[in-house]
Amino acid sequence: MSGRSGVSGRILIIGIGHRLRRDDGVGPIVLDRLRAGGADGPCLLELGGEGAGLIEAWDGWDGVIVVDAMRSGRPPGTVVCLDAADGDIPAGTFRSSSHQFGLADAIAVARTLGRLPRSLRVVGVEGECFGFGEGLTPAVATAVEAVVAQVQAAAACLP
Amino acid sequence: MTATKARPGQTGGAKAAAPRVIKVDALARVEGEGALYVRVRDGVVQDIKFKIFEPPRFFEAFLEGRFHAEAPDITARICGICPIAYIMGASHAMEAALGIRTTEAIERLRRILYCGEWIQSHVLHAAMLHAPDFLELDDALQLAKANPAAVTDALRLKKLGNTLMEVVGGRSVHPVNTRVGGFYKAPKRTALTDLLPELRWGLEAADRLARLFGTFDFPRFEDDYLSLSLRHPDVYAIDRGRLVDSRGLDIPIEEFPEHFDEEHVAHSNALHGVRKADDVPYLVGPIARFNNNFDQLSEDARGVARACGLDGPVRNPFKSILVRMVETFYAVEEVIRLVEAYQPPDPPAIEVPVRAGEGTGCTEAPRGLCWHRYSLDTEGRILKARIVPPTAQNQPRIERDLLGVVETHIQLEDEALKWRCEQAIRNYDPCISCATHFLDLTIVRE
Repeated sequence: MSGRSGVSGRILIIGIGHRLRRDDGVGPIVLDRLRAGGADGPCLLELGGEGAGLIEAWDGWDGVIVVDAMRSGRPPGTVVCLDAADGDIPAGTFRSSSHQFGLADAIAVARTLGRLPRSLRVVGVEGECFGFGEGLTPAVATAVEAVVAQVQAAAACLP
Repeated sequence: MTATKARPGQTGGAKAAAPRVIKVDALARVEGEGALYVRVRDGVVQDIKFKIFEPPRFFEAFLEGRFHAEAPDITARICGICPIAYIMGASHAMEAALGIRTTEAIERLRRILYCGEWIQSHVLHAAMLHAPDFLELDDALQLAKANPAAVTDALRLKKLGNTLMEVVGGRSVHPVNTRVGGFYKAPKRTALTDLLPELRWGLEAADRLARLFGTFDFPRFEDDYLSLSLRHPDVYAIDRGRLVDSRGLDIPIEEFPEHFDEEHVAHSNALHGVRKADDVPYLVGPIARFNNNFDQLSEDARGVARACGLDGPVRNPFKSILVRMVETFYAVEEVIRLVEAYQPPDPPAIEVPVRAGEGTGCTEAPRGLCWHRYSLDTEGRILKARIVPPTAQNQPRIERDLLGVVETHIQLEDEALKWRCEQAIRNYDPCISCATHFLDLTIVRE
């Protein structure tokens, strides 16, 4: 899968997370898998999840897919796909790797300021452990392939 | 934090009300993870505990056995907002341990990078996390609805900070162009001078936001802070200097542990900073720097300070938002000065010989002093690491402020009191950890 250049059809995939906070690293690890599978490098972006940085990052892109760990009370490893066009994301769903002004806030503020991409989808994975250390817990590690598939499917649907 | 004793006349014979417990699941708009517990009896604060769950202990252990060159990049992951502070502190400490010092040209380029971090960190906090408090808004979203122009300005100014970090550091999050000894590549002069128009816009925007925030109503609260910061003879200290405090101390950074201690407090995984001589909690960060080094700010930055109501040492912690904007203004101005004179350092890094040694590095992260010490073996591998981040040093100071805030506002309903506590913590722009956003707040009224 590669990003297409040109005025339309530019896709950015953002992996949010901290690699040294266990399951919080799932976003970056998904990017690693996409990169290994031959995805176009410049269209993959690893970020900490700070909201203003997200708004800056997706400025100018037509289609954006964000991958992030969730802490929403669902069973670990559950994969959820959300579309920003369907409304704002409930606060507290996504662990912000950085400030509380995180992904959900970024979507809401961007919508208010007219700075949402034409299409923005979020693929979330429920995490189990967010302590210090490297490596995903088994349930989340098992879910990575499903997440990669969801991201690829979402990218294929984007205009 | 010791409990405040009940005042005379309020004895145990007073009627005991059932304790009221208030829990808040998250301290909104603060980096990281923490918990606040307040116990009140008959209107008198008995106990306050502010807990922080700090990552540096993990990183100190994680670093042992690793090559010295890895320390900047590993420690940069302690904070997603201020990686440069850790990169610089670690780099300086390793350079000191290895007996080298970078050239002035490299130092100037490092200062541009560090200013970029100050700009993006300060603006993010001041505008998106702190300003909503003063307008009694819940969050940045409400601020964006109420004043879209201010939020748009803030986002653009923050982006300017990030752009500087990208141009000099190679990437705005976890820079890839920095190394012990300097940089892998020096940016071309045009890469920086191309930013001058946006930098000049940034200067106006910082001034505008400072003046806007200067119109806020500030809660009445004051303390005579023991301010600890770097001081440099020639410039407002960011990347280098000696350690000074507001009561006359003036020491080299290597002597920090002789005067200041980290005591391990049971209720927090962080180590609290206190001055050894008298156990006094001290303050680091923008207000500490401003109070110690006001004369080192540029004339225009001092003018901005006065225009937003700062006409002397700052004693009200809520006014930290104004100091952050003054420092942002100064940082933009400083970058303009450095960029106009910029010539790419050649070579971009000095030689780094490997040997055993011990070295200290200390710089001013946006939130305050960030102190590093490493010891290396003959192969340059890390034997021991010690990292003292700013928020750990401010913890007892935050608790002391909270005690005052709760006592002053004890008559408020719990929800309003809780919000005041959160606001008081936000004054410090605390970087509590690098990956979570949960704070439990418990107020027990007995």
